[in-house]
Order: sequence, then C-alpha cells, then structure tokens
Amino acid sequence: MKKTWWKVLCVVLLLYTIIRGLAGAVPHQPILNETIRNVYFHVPLWFGMMTLMTASMWFGIKYLRNGRIEDDEYSVEFANVAIFFGILGFMTGSLWGQFTWGDWLPKDPKIIAVEVGLLIYLSYFILRSSFEDEQRKARLSAIYNIFAFATFIPLVWILPRLTDSLHPGNGGNPAFGKYDMDNGMRMVFYPAVIGWTLLGVWISSLRIRLRIIERLQSEI
Amino acid sequence: MKKIISFLVLLFSSFNLFAQEVAMADKMREDGKIWVVIGVITIVFVGIITYLVLLDRKISKIEKGR
Repeated sequence: MKKTWWKVLCVVLLLYTIIRGLAGAVPHQPILNETIRNVYFHVPLWFGMMTLMTASMWFGIKYLRNGRIEDDEYSVEFANVAIFFGILGFMTGSLWGQFTWGDWLPKDPKIIAVEVGLLIYLSYFILRSSFEDEQRKARLSAIYNIFAFATFIPLVWILPRLTDSLHPGNGGNPAFGKYDMDNGMRMVFYPAVIGWTLLGVWISSLRIRLRIIERLQSEI
Repeated sequence: MKKIISFLVLLFSSFNLFAQEVAMADKMREDGKIWVVIGVITIVFVGIITYLVLLDRKISKIEKGR
C-alpha cells in the first residue's frame, strides 16, 4: 500500500486520460457531440466505486473471520471513498444528462436504482454512528456491508438491463459492445478506468492510515 | 490603366497580408482554443495530486515518529 510505483502509474494514466481524452479524435455522434468524451471521466468513477465497494466488503468479511479491528478500518474507509466517487459520478451524470437527454434527473431505471443503492450505503454510516461499542459497531456494520453490496449489484447492474434505460448498454447483455466507442476511444477508456480506480485506492489508503494513527493515539 | 489595376491588386493583396499577421497563429489558439482548457484542467489535476503527495508524506512522517 505504501509503495510509490502504483501512485506514479495512477498519475501518468490520468494525465494521459485528460490530454488524450480532450484532444484525441472521437466518433461523431448526433446529440452526444463532444460530450462523448465524458465517457473517460463519468464512467470510470462508477467503475472505481464498484472496485472500492468490493474491497470494502472483502475487508468486512475478513473482519468477521478474524476480528482484527484494522480490517474494519479498511472496510469503512473504502466504503467512504466509494460513496464519494458515487456522488461525483451522480453529479457528473446529472450534468451530462441535462445537455443530452434534456433532464437533470430523468426517470431512468439505472438512475433510480443507483439513488436507492447510494442511500443503502449512506445508511451504513448511520448504522455505524449509532453504536458506542467498537466491536459491536465493527461486526454489525460488516454484516450490513455484505448485504448492502449484495443488494447493490442486482439493483444497479442487473435490474436496469431487464428493462429499457437511457444508458447505453442496458436492455440486453452488451458488455462493452454498445457503448458508442470505437477502438481509439477504448485506448483511452481502459487506462482511464485503471487510473481513476487507483486514485480512489490512493485516497482510501491515506484515510485508512490516518484512522489507524488516530486509534493508536487514543489508545495511549 | 494597367498600372492602376496592378497597383490596386498589390494594395489589396498587401491588406490580406496584414490581416494574416494580426491573426497570429498561436499554438494555444488553434482548434478552438481547446488546448487552453486542457492546460487549465491539467494544472488543477497536478495541484490536487501535489496535495495528495504532500498529505501522503505528512502521514508517513507521523507513522515513522511513533
């Protein structure tokens, strides 16, 4: 976690994303126009969020297995930054939607699902703050975390695919085939996903280390 | 008559030259000035990363201190 190379990789990938993402060639699509470049900035936030949520659940399970308080600290901070990325993704999507779909928050299955999903995760933090006892807090919130994740996946990734959504790639089983991207865009999109995810992990790692320092300080 | 026409032609073509000089083909102004935007975003991004790096170092220092 404290090694430098992946942080350097993160910065290099994101600089590449910004420069080539804004200056590179993109397919000419009606309605979307230049906003297709948002794919490099809006979509990777959600990918990063999913990675962080998975990490959060992973450390939640780890805590339940061996009861080390450190795993709980990892879990909560990954969830924290995941929600932060989710809110950023929501805001960027709203702005993008206003200028392409013509509404800040259209009644779209994927948007409604993600609103519910984020609320479920927000109540994770309310649950945490309602316990005094550290061990009880950690154990119950780890269990809740697993349930929240298990609800989030079908809610956001499966249910919108069963109906029609404004989001490309919904209604069917598309993988990346229908994202209106050409191969030139993929050359930026995949590095962007890795870069934004690494940035999320970096911020989480800082928060985790701060939390550990705070705990050690309060123990003295 | 020929002289007057050629004078006028040269005059107008020289106006054209002036107009081109005023436009100044600056690199940062090409392509609808998108490079200025890229510059601004890059500065913001580098600033945020610098902030993260400094925070990272500060935390490392505290960790070593104990």
